[in-house]
Amino acid sequence: MKAVSAEEAVGMIPNNARIMVGGFMGVGTPERLLDELVRQKKSGLSLISNDAATPGKGVGKLFDGGQVSSMIGTHIGLNPKAQQQMLGKKITVDLIPQGTFVERIRAGGCGLGGVLTPTGVGTLVEEGKQKIEVDGKPYLLETALRADFALVHAFLADYAGNLSYALTARNFNPVMAMAADTVIVTAEHIVPVGVIGPDHVVTPGPLVDYLVANG
Amino acid sequence: MDPQTIIARRVAKELRPGNLVNLGIGIPTLVANYVPAGLRVFFQSENGLIGTGPIPEQGMAHPLLTDAGGRPISALPGAAIFDSAISFGLIRGGHVDITVLGGLQVDVDGHLANWMIPGKMVPGMGGAMDLVTGAKRVIVAMQHAAKGKSKIVARCNLPLTSARPVDLVVTDMAVIAFPDGKATLLETAPGLTVAEVLAVTEAELALPDAIPEMTL
Repeated sequence: MKAVSAEEAVGMIPNNARIMVGGFMGVGTPERLLDELVRQKKSGLSLISNDAATPGKGVGKLFDGGQVSSMIGTHIGLNPKAQQQMLGKKITVDLIPQGTFVERIRAGGCGLGGVLTPTGVGTLVEEGKQKIEVDGKPYLLETALRADFALVHAFLADYAGNLSYALTARNFNPVMAMAADTVIVTAEHIVPVGVIGPDHVVTPGPLVDYLVANG
Repeated sequence: MDPQTIIARRVAKELRPGNLVNLGIGIPTLVANYVPAGLRVFFQSENGLIGTGPIPEQGMAHPLLTDAGGRPISALPGAAIFDSAISFGLIRGGHVDITVLGGLQVDVDGHLANWMIPGKMVPGMGGAMDLVTGAKRVIVAMQHAAKGKSKIVARCNLPLTSARPVDLVVTDMAVIAFPDGKATLLETAPGLTVAEVLAVTEAELALPDAIPEMTL
Protein backbone atom coordinates (compact mmCIF):
# COMPACT_ATOMS: atom_id res chain seq x y z
CA MET A 1 0.00 0.00 0.00
CA LYS A 2 1.29 3.42 -0.96
CA ALA A 3 0.00 6.77 0.27
CA VAL A 4 -0.69 9.24 -2.54
CA SER A 5 -2.52 12.51 -3.14
CA ALA A 6 -5.88 12.50 -4.93
CA GLU A 7 -4.15 14.21 -7.86
CA GLU A 8 -1.51 11.47 -8.12
CA ALA A 9 -4.11 8.71 -7.71
CA VAL A 10 -6.34 9.97 -10.51
CA GLY A 11 -3.27 10.78 -12.64
CA MET A 12 -2.73 7.01 -12.90
CA ILE A 13 -6.14 6.49 -14.51
CA PRO A 14 -5.96 6.83 -18.31
CA ASN A 15 -8.79 8.03 -20.54
CA ASN A 16 -11.11 5.16 -21.57
CA ALA A 17 -10.27 3.22 -18.42
CA ARG A 18 -12.77 0.78 -16.93
CA ILE A 19 -13.50 1.99 -13.40
CA MET A 20 -15.60 0.50 -10.65
CA VAL A 21 -16.93 3.01 -8.12
CA GLY A 22 -18.40 2.13 -4.72
CA GLY A 23 -21.48 3.81 -3.33
CA PHE A 24 -25.25 3.65 -3.40
CA MET A 25 -26.97 6.83 -4.55
CA GLY A 26 -23.77 8.71 -3.75
CA VAL A 27 -23.53 7.36 -0.20
CA GLY A 28 -20.18 5.65 0.39
CA THR A 29 -18.66 7.11 -2.78
CA PRO A 30 -15.06 8.46 -2.91
CA GLU A 31 -16.15 12.02 -3.73
CA ARG A 32 -12.62 13.43 -3.75
CA LEU A 33 -11.57 11.01 -6.49
CA LEU A 34 -14.63 11.92 -8.53
CA ASP A 35 -13.89 15.63 -8.11
CA GLU A 36 -10.36 14.93 -9.32
CA LEU A 37 -11.60 12.88 -12.31
CA VAL A 38 -13.67 15.94 -13.23
CA ARG A 39 -10.75 18.35 -12.70
CA GLN A 40 -8.37 16.22 -14.77
CA LYS A 41 -11.08 15.89 -17.47
CA LYS A 42 -10.74 12.11 -17.85
CA SER A 43 -12.93 11.00 -20.74
CA GLY A 44 -14.43 7.91 -22.36
CA LEU A 45 -14.74 6.16 -19.02
CA SER A 46 -16.40 2.75 -18.76
CA LEU A 47 -18.22 2.99 -15.45
CA ILE A 48 -19.30 0.08 -13.28
CA SER A 49 -21.49 1.51 -10.55
CA ASN A 50 -24.79 0.52 -8.95
CA ASP A 51 -26.55 3.73 -9.99
CA ALA A 52 -25.88 7.13 -11.54
CA ALA A 53 -26.60 8.95 -8.24
CA THR A 54 -27.96 12.46 -8.94
CA PRO A 55 -26.44 15.37 -10.88
CA GLY A 56 -23.58 16.93 -8.89
CA LYS A 57 -23.34 14.02 -6.45
CA GLY A 58 -21.16 10.88 -6.49
CA VAL A 59 -20.72 9.33 -9.94
CA GLY A 60 -23.40 11.78 -11.11
CA LYS A 61 -20.55 14.29 -11.48
CA LEU A 62 -19.11 12.22 -14.35
CA PHE A 63 -22.37 12.49 -16.31
CA ASP A 64 -22.54 16.27 -15.80
CA GLY A 65 -19.51 16.73 -18.05
CA GLY A 66 -20.12 13.81 -20.43
CA GLN A 67 -17.07 11.85 -19.22
CA VAL A 68 -18.76 8.44 -19.35
CA SER A 69 -18.94 6.40 -22.57
CA SER A 70 -20.56 3.28 -21.16
CA MET A 71 -22.04 2.09 -17.90
CA ILE A 72 -22.97 -1.19 -16.26
CA GLY A 73 -25.39 -0.58 -13.39
CA THR A 74 -28.81 -1.39 -11.98
CA HIS A 75 -30.75 1.89 -11.81
CA ILE A 76 -30.26 5.33 -13.33
CA GLY A 77 -33.80 6.66 -12.83
CA LEU A 78 -32.82 9.39 -10.38
CA ASN A 79 -30.25 11.04 -12.68
CA PRO A 80 -32.03 12.80 -15.59
CA LYS A 81 -28.69 13.59 -17.29
CA ALA A 82 -27.68 9.93 -17.39
CA GLN A 83 -31.18 9.09 -18.72
CA GLN A 84 -30.92 11.72 -21.47
CA GLN A 85 -27.45 10.52 -22.50
CA MET A 86 -28.71 6.92 -22.65
CA LEU A 87 -31.90 7.74 -24.59
CA GLY A 88 -29.92 10.04 -26.91
CA LYS A 89 -27.50 7.13 -27.50
CA LYS A 90 -24.50 9.20 -26.36
CA ILE A 91 -23.67 6.45 -23.87
CA THR A 92 -24.46 2.76 -23.74
CA VAL A 93 -25.99 1.55 -20.50
CA ASP A 94 -26.34 -2.08 -19.50
CA LEU A 95 -28.96 -2.26 -16.74
CA ILE A 96 -28.91 -5.52 -14.82
CA PRO A 97 -30.55 -6.78 -11.60
CA GLN A 98 -28.78 -5.51 -8.48
CA GLY A 99 -28.21 -8.97 -7.01
CA THR A 100 -26.69 -10.09 -10.30
CA PHE A 101 -24.55 -6.93 -10.46
CA VAL A 102 -22.95 -7.53 -7.07
CA GLU A 103 -22.51 -11.28 -7.61
CA ARG A 104 -20.77 -10.70 -10.98
CA ILE A 105 -18.33 -8.37 -9.23
CA ARG A 106 -17.90 -10.77 -6.35
CA ALA A 107 -17.14 -13.54 -8.86
CA GLY A 108 -14.62 -11.26 -10.58
CA GLY A 109 -12.84 -10.70 -7.30
CA CYS A 110 -12.92 -14.32 -6.18
CA GLY A 111 -11.50 -16.06 -9.21
CA LEU A 112 -14.83 -17.42 -10.44
CA GLY A 113 -15.89 -17.41 -14.09
CA GLY A 114 -19.39 -16.32 -13.13
CA VAL A 115 -22.44 -17.31 -11.12
CA LEU A 116 -25.73 -19.12 -11.72
CA THR A 117 -28.75 -17.07 -10.66
CA PRO A 118 -32.49 -17.65 -11.00
CA THR A 119 -33.04 -13.88 -11.23
CA GLY A 120 -33.98 -12.85 -14.75
CA VAL A 121 -35.11 -16.26 -15.99
CA GLY A 122 -38.21 -15.75 -18.16
CA THR A 123 -37.61 -11.98 -18.53
CA LEU A 124 -35.79 -9.65 -20.94
CA VAL A 125 -32.65 -10.20 -18.85
CA GLU A 126 -32.18 -13.76 -20.13
CA GLU A 127 -31.70 -12.65 -23.76
CA GLY A 128 -28.37 -13.83 -25.15
CA LYS A 129 -27.44 -15.69 -21.98
CA GLN A 130 -26.73 -19.33 -21.40
CA LYS A 131 -29.41 -21.10 -19.36
CA ILE A 132 -28.24 -23.98 -17.20
CA GLU A 133 -30.42 -26.42 -15.28
CA VAL A 134 -29.30 -27.61 -11.87
CA ASP A 135 -31.47 -30.18 -10.08
CA GLY A 136 -34.28 -29.38 -12.51
CA LYS A 137 -34.26 -25.62 -11.84
CA PRO A 138 -33.25 -23.09 -14.52
CA TYR A 139 -30.50 -20.54 -13.86
CA LEU A 140 -28.77 -17.90 -15.97
CA LEU A 141 -25.01 -17.98 -16.32
CA GLU A 142 -23.86 -14.47 -15.41
CA THR A 143 -20.20 -13.88 -16.12
CA ALA A 144 -17.65 -12.28 -13.80
CA LEU A 145 -17.01 -8.54 -13.87
CA ARG A 146 -13.68 -6.82 -13.18
CA ALA A 147 -12.25 -3.35 -13.73
CA ASP A 148 -8.89 -1.67 -14.29
CA PHE A 149 -9.43 0.49 -11.20
CA ALA A 150 -11.71 0.21 -8.17
CA LEU A 151 -12.42 3.51 -6.43
CA VAL A 152 -13.42 2.68 -2.88
CA HIS A 153 -14.52 4.79 0.08
CA ALA A 154 -14.02 3.56 3.64
CA PHE A 155 -14.78 5.07 7.04
CA LEU A 156 -11.49 4.08 8.69
CA ALA A 157 -8.23 3.14 7.01
CA ASP A 158 -5.10 2.37 9.02
CA TYR A 159 -1.51 2.94 7.91
CA ALA A 160 -1.37 -0.67 6.66
CA GLY A 161 -4.42 -0.16 4.42
CA ASN A 162 -6.86 -2.17 6.53
CA LEU A 163 -10.38 -0.80 6.01
CA SER A 164 -13.64 -0.64 7.90
CA TYR A 165 -16.87 0.96 6.79
CA ALA A 166 -19.72 2.86 8.43
CA LEU A 167 -23.47 2.27 8.24
CA THR A 168 -25.00 2.07 4.76
CA ALA A 169 -21.84 3.55 3.18
CA ARG A 170 -20.44 0.00 3.12
CA ASN A 171 -22.64 -1.27 0.25
CA PHE A 172 -20.54 -2.30 -2.80
CA ASN A 173 -17.18 -1.05 -1.51
CA PRO A 174 -15.75 -4.25 0.05
CA VAL A 175 -16.88 -6.31 -2.94
CA MET A 176 -15.31 -3.92 -5.47
CA ALA A 177 -12.07 -3.76 -3.46
CA MET A 178 -11.54 -7.39 -4.53
CA ALA A 179 -12.32 -7.01 -8.22
CA ALA A 180 -9.93 -4.57 -9.89
CA ASP A 181 -6.29 -4.59 -11.00
CA THR A 182 -5.62 -1.41 -9.01
CA VAL A 183 -7.52 -0.42 -5.87
CA ILE A 184 -7.56 3.24 -4.79
CA VAL A 185 -9.11 4.13 -1.44
CA THR A 186 -10.26 7.30 0.28
CA ALA A 187 -11.24 7.18 3.95
CA GLU A 188 -13.00 9.59 6.31
CA HIS A 189 -10.29 8.94 8.91
CA ILE A 190 -6.79 7.52 8.57
CA VAL A 191 -5.75 5.98 11.88
CA PRO A 192 -2.75 4.17 13.41
CA VAL A 193 -2.44 0.43 12.96
CA GLY A 194 -4.32 -1.24 15.80
CA VAL A 195 -7.21 1.22 16.02
CA ILE A 196 -9.20 -1.10 13.77
CA GLY A 197 -9.12 -4.40 15.64
CA PRO A 198 -8.41 -7.48 13.53
CA ASP A 199 -12.00 -8.65 14.02
CA HIS A 200 -13.31 -5.34 12.65
CA VAL A 201 -11.22 -5.18 9.50
CA VAL A 202 -13.60 -5.69 6.58
CA THR A 203 -11.14 -5.20 3.71
CA PRO A 204 -7.64 -6.52 4.53
CA GLY A 205 -4.76 -4.14 3.82
CA PRO A 206 -3.00 -6.19 1.14
CA LEU A 207 -5.97 -5.59 -1.19
CA VAL A 208 -5.36 -1.83 -1.16
CA ASP A 209 -2.81 -0.46 -3.66
CA TYR A 210 -3.15 3.26 -2.96
CA LEU A 211 -4.54 5.15 0.02
CA VAL A 212 -5.33 8.80 -0.63
CA ALA A 213 -3.86 11.01 2.07
CA ASN A 214 -6.32 13.23 3.96
CA GLY A 215 -6.22 16.99 4.40
CA MET B 1 -59.99 6.67 3.72
CA ASP B 2 -57.78 7.52 0.75
CA PRO B 3 -56.72 4.70 -1.63
CA GLN B 4 -53.11 4.57 -0.47
CA THR B 5 -54.07 4.29 3.20
CA ILE B 6 -56.50 1.45 2.45
CA ILE B 7 -53.75 -0.46 0.66
CA ALA B 8 -51.06 0.17 3.29
CA ARG B 9 -53.36 -0.75 6.22
CA ARG B 10 -54.50 -3.96 4.57
CA VAL B 11 -50.96 -5.04 3.66
CA ALA B 12 -49.82 -4.41 7.24
CA LYS B 13 -52.27 -7.14 8.37
CA GLU B 14 -50.12 -9.68 6.50
CA LEU B 15 -47.09 -9.11 8.77
CA ARG B 16 -46.30 -11.81 11.33
CA PRO B 17 -44.06 -11.65 14.44
CA GLY B 18 -40.37 -11.84 13.57
CA ASN B 19 -40.85 -11.40 9.82
CA LEU B 20 -37.97 -9.97 7.81
CA VAL B 21 -39.69 -7.55 5.43
CA ASN B 22 -38.48 -5.52 2.45
CA LEU B 23 -40.65 -2.58 1.38
CA GLY B 24 -40.35 -1.10 -2.10
CA ILE B 25 -40.66 2.59 -2.88
CA GLY B 26 -44.03 4.36 -3.17
CA ILE B 27 -47.13 2.89 -1.52
CA PRO B 28 -45.20 -0.06 0.01
CA THR B 29 -43.15 2.36 2.14
CA LEU B 30 -46.37 3.47 3.87
CA VAL B 31 -46.93 -0.04 5.27
CA ALA B 32 -44.34 0.69 7.98
CA ASN B 33 -46.74 3.31 9.41
CA TYR B 34 -49.43 0.69 10.15
CA VAL B 35 -47.53 -2.14 11.83
CA PRO B 36 -49.87 -3.33 14.60
CA ALA B 37 -48.78 -2.19 18.08
CA GLY B 38 -46.61 -4.79 19.82
CA LEU B 39 -45.75 -6.66 16.61
CA ARG B 40 -41.98 -6.90 16.13
CA VAL B 41 -40.91 -7.13 12.50
CA PHE B 42 -37.56 -6.33 10.88
CA PHE B 43 -37.42 -4.06 7.87
CA GLN B 44 -34.55 -4.50 5.42
CA SER B 45 -33.20 -1.73 3.26
CA GLU B 46 -31.37 -3.37 0.34
CA ASN B 47 -28.48 -0.92 0.48
CA GLY B 48 -27.33 -2.88 3.51
CA LEU B 49 -29.41 -2.57 6.67
CA ILE B 50 -31.83 -4.65 8.73
CA GLY B 51 -33.66 -2.66 11.37
CA THR B 52 -34.62 0.55 9.57
CA GLY B 53 -36.36 3.07 11.77
CA PRO B 54 -38.38 6.21 11.05
CA ILE B 55 -37.08 9.31 9.31
CA PRO B 56 -34.78 11.00 11.85
CA GLU B 57 -35.78 14.16 13.63
CA GLN B 58 -34.38 17.46 12.43
CA GLY B 59 -30.63 17.54 13.01
CA MET B 60 -30.40 13.83 13.82
CA ALA B 61 -29.76 12.54 10.28
CA HIS B 62 -26.41 10.91 9.48
CA PRO B 63 -25.05 11.30 5.93
CA LEU B 64 -23.94 7.65 5.90
CA LEU B 65 -27.30 6.22 6.98
CA THR B 66 -29.81 6.28 4.15
CA ASP B 67 -32.50 4.17 2.52
CA ALA B 68 -32.25 2.70 -0.99
CA GLY B 69 -33.43 6.02 -2.41
CA GLY B 70 -30.58 7.89 -0.69
CA ARG B 71 -32.87 9.55 1.89
CA PRO B 72 -31.87 9.76 5.56
CA ILE B 73 -33.32 7.07 7.82
CA SER B 74 -32.66 5.89 11.34
CA ALA B 75 -31.67 2.48 12.67
CA LEU B 76 -33.46 0.76 15.56
CA PRO B 77 -31.74 -0.97 18.48
CA GLY B 78 -30.55 -4.36 17.23
CA ALA B 79 -30.01 -3.11 13.68
CA ALA B 80 -27.42 -4.83 11.49
CA ILE B 81 -25.27 -3.55 8.62
CA PHE B 82 -23.90 -5.68 5.76
CA ASP B 83 -22.53 -5.30 2.25
CA SER B 84 -24.54 -5.57 -0.96
CA ALA B 85 -23.54 -9.19 -1.65
CA ILE B 86 -25.02 -10.27 1.69
CA SER B 87 -28.01 -7.99 1.21
CA PHE B 88 -28.92 -9.70 -2.05
CA GLY B 89 -27.97 -13.08 -0.66
CA LEU B 90 -30.68 -12.46 1.93
CA ILE B 91 -33.12 -11.50 -0.81
CA ARG B 92 -32.38 -14.13 -3.44
CA GLY B 93 -31.64 -16.83 -0.87
CA GLY B 94 -35.16 -16.89 0.53
CA HIS B 95 -34.30 -15.27 3.87
CA VAL B 96 -36.68 -12.35 3.36
CA ASP B 97 -40.14 -13.43 4.54
CA ILE B 98 -42.17 -10.77 2.76
CA THR B 99 -41.46 -8.24 0.07
CA VAL B 100 -44.02 -5.56 -0.71
CA LEU B 101 -43.63 -3.97 -4.12
CA GLY B 102 -45.47 -1.53 -6.34
CA GLY B 103 -46.81 -2.71 -9.67
CA LEU B 104 -47.70 -1.55 -13.18
CA GLN B 105 -49.58 -4.72 -14.12
CA VAL B 106 -50.39 -8.10 -12.57
CA ASP B 107 -51.94 -10.74 -14.77
CA VAL B 108 -54.36 -13.59 -14.23
CA ASP B 109 -51.46 -16.01 -13.58
CA GLY B 110 -49.92 -13.70 -10.98
CA HIS B 111 -47.08 -12.43 -13.14
CA LEU B 112 -45.90 -8.94 -12.24
CA ALA B 113 -44.59 -6.16 -14.48
CA ASN B 114 -43.21 -3.25 -12.50
CA TRP B 115 -39.87 -2.03 -13.83
CA MET B 116 -40.14 -0.75 -17.37
CA ILE B 117 -42.38 0.88 -19.96
CA PRO B 118 -40.47 0.42 -23.23
CA GLY B 119 -39.64 3.75 -24.85
CA LYS B 120 -41.06 5.71 -21.91
CA MET B 121 -39.68 4.67 -18.56
CA VAL B 122 -36.35 2.81 -18.53
CA PRO B 123 -34.83 3.53 -15.11
CA GLY B 124 -33.41 0.03 -14.51
CA MET B 125 -34.78 -2.75 -12.36
CA GLY B 126 -32.63 -2.09 -9.29
CA GLY B 127 -33.46 -4.85 -6.82
CA ALA B 128 -36.99 -5.64 -8.03
CA MET B 129 -36.17 -8.78 -10.04
CA ASP B 130 -34.19 -10.35 -7.20
CA LEU B 131 -36.93 -9.54 -4.68
CA VAL B 132 -39.72 -11.10 -6.73
CA THR B 133 -37.57 -14.12 -7.60
CA GLY B 134 -36.25 -14.80 -4.10
CA ALA B 135 -38.52 -13.56 -1.31
CA LYS B 136 -40.63 -16.19 0.45
CA ARG B 137 -43.81 -14.19 -0.09
CA VAL B 138 -44.35 -11.44 -2.67
CA ILE B 139 -47.12 -8.91 -2.09
CA VAL B 140 -47.99 -6.28 -4.68
CA ALA B 141 -49.42 -3.04 -3.29
CA MET B 142 -50.88 -0.86 -6.03
CA GLN B 143 -53.93 1.06 -7.19
CA HIS B 144 -56.51 -1.18 -8.84
CA ALA B 145 -56.68 1.00 -11.95
CA ALA B 146 -54.67 3.85 -13.43
CA LYS B 147 -56.30 6.50 -15.66
CA GLY B 148 -59.42 4.30 -15.82
CA LYS B 149 -57.46 1.26 -17.02
CA SER B 150 -57.35 -1.93 -14.96
CA LYS B 151 -53.89 -2.88 -13.70
CA ILE B 152 -55.15 -6.43 -13.08
CA VAL B 153 -54.88 -7.67 -16.64
CA ALA B 154 -55.50 -10.85 -18.62
CA ARG B 155 -51.85 -10.92 -19.70
CA CYS B 156 -49.05 -8.46 -18.97
CA ASN B 157 -47.99 -6.58 -22.10
CA LEU B 158 -45.18 -4.82 -20.22
CA PRO B 159 -41.88 -6.67 -19.59
CA LEU B 160 -42.16 -9.08 -16.66
CA THR B 161 -40.18 -8.63 -13.46
CA SER B 162 -39.88 -12.36 -12.84
CA ALA B 163 -41.20 -15.68 -14.08
CA ARG B 164 -42.21 -16.37 -10.48
CA PRO B 165 -45.84 -15.40 -9.81
CA VAL B 166 -46.68 -13.13 -6.89
CA ASP B 167 -48.61 -14.40 -3.88
CA LEU B 168 -51.00 -11.57 -3.06
CA VAL B 169 -52.20 -8.33 -4.63
CA VAL B 170 -53.69 -5.63 -2.42
CA THR B 171 -55.35 -2.71 -4.17
CA ASP B 172 -57.63 0.11 -3.04
CA MET B 173 -60.56 -2.08 -4.22
CA ALA B 174 -59.64 -5.70 -3.64
CA VAL B 175 -57.42 -8.42 -2.28
CA ILE B 176 -56.48 -11.01 -4.89
CA ALA B 177 -54.54 -14.26 -4.44
CA PHE B 178 -53.55 -17.04 -6.84
CA PRO B 179 -54.55 -20.44 -5.41
CA ASP B 180 -54.06 -23.12 -8.10
CA GLY B 181 -52.34 -20.43 -10.19
CA LYS B 182 -55.51 -18.46 -10.98
CA ALA B 183 -56.43 -14.95 -9.87
CA THR B 184 -59.06 -15.21 -7.16
CA LEU B 185 -60.97 -12.39 -5.50
CA LEU B 186 -60.58 -12.82 -1.73
CA GLU B 187 -61.87 -9.51 -0.35
CA THR B 188 -63.37 -6.24 -1.48
CA ALA B 189 -62.62 -2.80 -0.06
CA PRO B 190 -65.13 -1.50 2.51
CA GLY B 191 -68.34 -0.37 0.83
CA LEU B 192 -67.64 -2.03 -2.54
CA THR B 193 -69.62 -4.94 -3.98
CA VAL B 194 -68.09 -7.81 -5.93
CA ALA B 195 -69.85 -6.55 -9.06
CA GLU B 196 -68.31 -3.10 -8.64
CA VAL B 197 -64.82 -4.61 -8.40
CA LEU B 198 -65.35 -6.89 -11.39
CA ALA B 199 -66.59 -3.94 -13.45
CA VAL B 200 -63.15 -2.29 -13.29
CA THR B 201 -61.07 -5.48 -13.53
CA GLU B 202 -59.83 -6.66 -16.91
CA ALA B 203 -58.66 -10.09 -15.74
CA GLU B 204 -61.19 -12.80 -15.10
CA LEU B 205 -61.28 -13.47 -11.35
CA ALA B 206 -62.32 -16.70 -9.70
CA LEU B 207 -65.05 -16.06 -7.11
CA PRO B 208 -65.17 -18.13 -3.91
CA ASP B 209 -68.51 -18.61 -2.14
CA ALA B 210 -67.71 -16.00 0.50
CA ILE B 211 -65.96 -12.75 -0.39
CA PRO B 212 -65.85 -10.58 2.73
CA GLU B 213 -64.97 -6.90 2.98
CA MET B 214 -61.41 -6.05 4.07
CA THR B 215 -60.95 -5.36 7.78
CA LEU B 216 -58.56 -2.46 8.15
